[in-house]
Amino acid sequence: MADPPAAPPSGTPPDPQSVALRVWGDFACWTRPEMKAERVSYDVLTPSGARGVLEAIYWKPEIRWIVTRLRALKPIKFTTVRRNEVASKIPTKGKFGVGAAMKSGTGRLGLNIEDDRQQRAATLLRDVDYVIEARFEVLGGADNAQKHAAMFARRAEKGQCFHRPYLGTREFACDFEPADLADLPPVPEELRGEKDLGWMLHDLDFHNGMEPRFYRPTMTDGVIDVPYPDWLEPPPRRTPQPDVAVAAEGDAP
Amino acid sequence: MHRYDFVFLFDVTDGNPNGDPDAGNLPRIDPETGAGLVTDVCLKRKIRNYVGLVHGETPPHEIYVKEKAVLNAQHERAYVACDLDPKAKKRTDGEAARLKDWMCGNFYDVRTFGAVMTTGVNCGQVRGPVQLTFARSVDPVVTLEHAVTRCAVTTEAEAEKQSGDNRTMGRKFTLPYGLYRAHGFVNPHLAEQTGFGDDDLALLWKSLEQMFEYDRSAARGQMTARRLIAFKHDSALGNAPAHKLFSRVKTPGLADSARETPPRRFEDYEPQIAVDLADLPVGVTVEELI
Repeated sequence: MADPPAAPPSGTPPDPQSVALRVWGDFACWTRPEMKAERVSYDVLTPSGARGVLEAIYWKPEIRWIVTRLRALKPIKFTTVRRNEVASKIPTKGKFGVGAAMKSGTGRLGLNIEDDRQQRAATLLRDVDYVIEARFEVLGGADNAQKHAAMFARRAEKGQCFHRPYLGTREFACDFEPADLADLPPVPEELRGEKDLGWMLHDLDFHNGMEPRFYRPTMTDGVIDVPYPDWLEPPPRRTPQPDVAVAAEGDAP
Repeated sequence: MHRYDFVFLFDVTDGNPNGDPDAGNLPRIDPETGAGLVTDVCLKRKIRNYVGLVHGETPPHEIYVKEKAVLNAQHERAYVACDLDPKAKKRTDGEAARLKDWMCGNFYDVRTFGAVMTTGVNCGQVRGPVQLTFARSVDPVVTLEHAVTRCAVTTEAEAEKQSGDNRTMGRKFTLPYGLYRAHGFVNPHLAEQTGFGDDDLALLWKSLEQMFEYDRSAARGQMTARRLIAFKHDSALGNAPAHKLFSRVKTPGLADSARETPPRRFEDYEPQIAVDLADLPVGVTVEELI
């Protein structure tokens, strides 16, 4: 991959389309794609996983989330869990598939888990706490960035979500609240300094056959600056509208 | 359908609630805290078994992911004719949508927990509305190892080796007592997508209440559903953060109480279990189902 462009400057002046969310949970599994049979988690969350958390809380087709910075607030700890899992997916074609049973009205459907079992170990993260910093880009629709910002803020504040966000896999549901960047706990000793995290999944390129894109982050004092996903089409230019009118719409209860 | 966040308390007496295949079937334990664990899939298995049992494996309550005992009892069956209306608002691959809807219509576990089907469109994934997390014991648990004997052997060769003594030793592991707490979520948006309705929700609550009654075995000892506290949100998006609601269910452990001996009965915990109903967020109601 070519040199990734630097993340868009955030902070000064405060970007109205940026958000910071704190998420935490007992376990997390940001599965490394190269070790997904017996899952092994990355050391920290991926931008793709962080985007999933944000989308679970608020997303519309008119926007897309761009993760700009990730912070780990707790030391990286692993544990393992081995579970009995099912080896196959539900077949839809063929004599024993769902399609045949649908057509004929009879048939044997069902997986016998004892004949179709895989015991898989998962190397999970324990006791995680992150801050996701991200911004959204408006792709279409009316120029209502403030509406999106207000709706996200409101949902994060009230604990509302479209579906329960999770840390990598659905059994590791997470809690969330708006993060106050000015008031974060001190960086734990274990996370101090620079740490090369190696190549990690950045996100999937959904316009090119779900091609995975990777990046090589360095974590400095627990903070990872995430480069802009350069494979994305730039968002369309929008005509700015007067703030007042939009603010009134966005603030409606 | 509403959003629910629920706390489920269950306990085990002299049994192994969930063996760890990595540790020779010892009860699962969080190595850092000594707390016992029961995985989400273990609980989901019991819900499936319960529903399969009480509904005799018939649509719309058939179970897709079966255990052998259940499978043997069932044969070919006629499925509910499900000529889906062409109004189904799926865009590209109508067939995939039909497959998905048909599976959701027939199988309770598919519309509750979701499933992965090989339909090719978006990996044919059904995300179910019900999500469970690992259950964790309130206090650290202690595993007891018991040697047991068997006064018969399996093979002739073994009998000869023992010159007719015919005794073998086995091991089983139990926890003398453990009170576990699991958290779960019911998501109205995904419920709409899979057709998970109010009857299904009632069945979910019922299965949590009764599933251990039909899961007796030598390994499990005595397991009992103790409390099921559901926080119901008025709005589909929810009216309060789940973690703040969960923290209203107080399950103090040994460390927080004046007890000096380890708990061995539910009664050792029961007086301290409380649901804080004061100043509930607007739009949240509490349903104490057990």
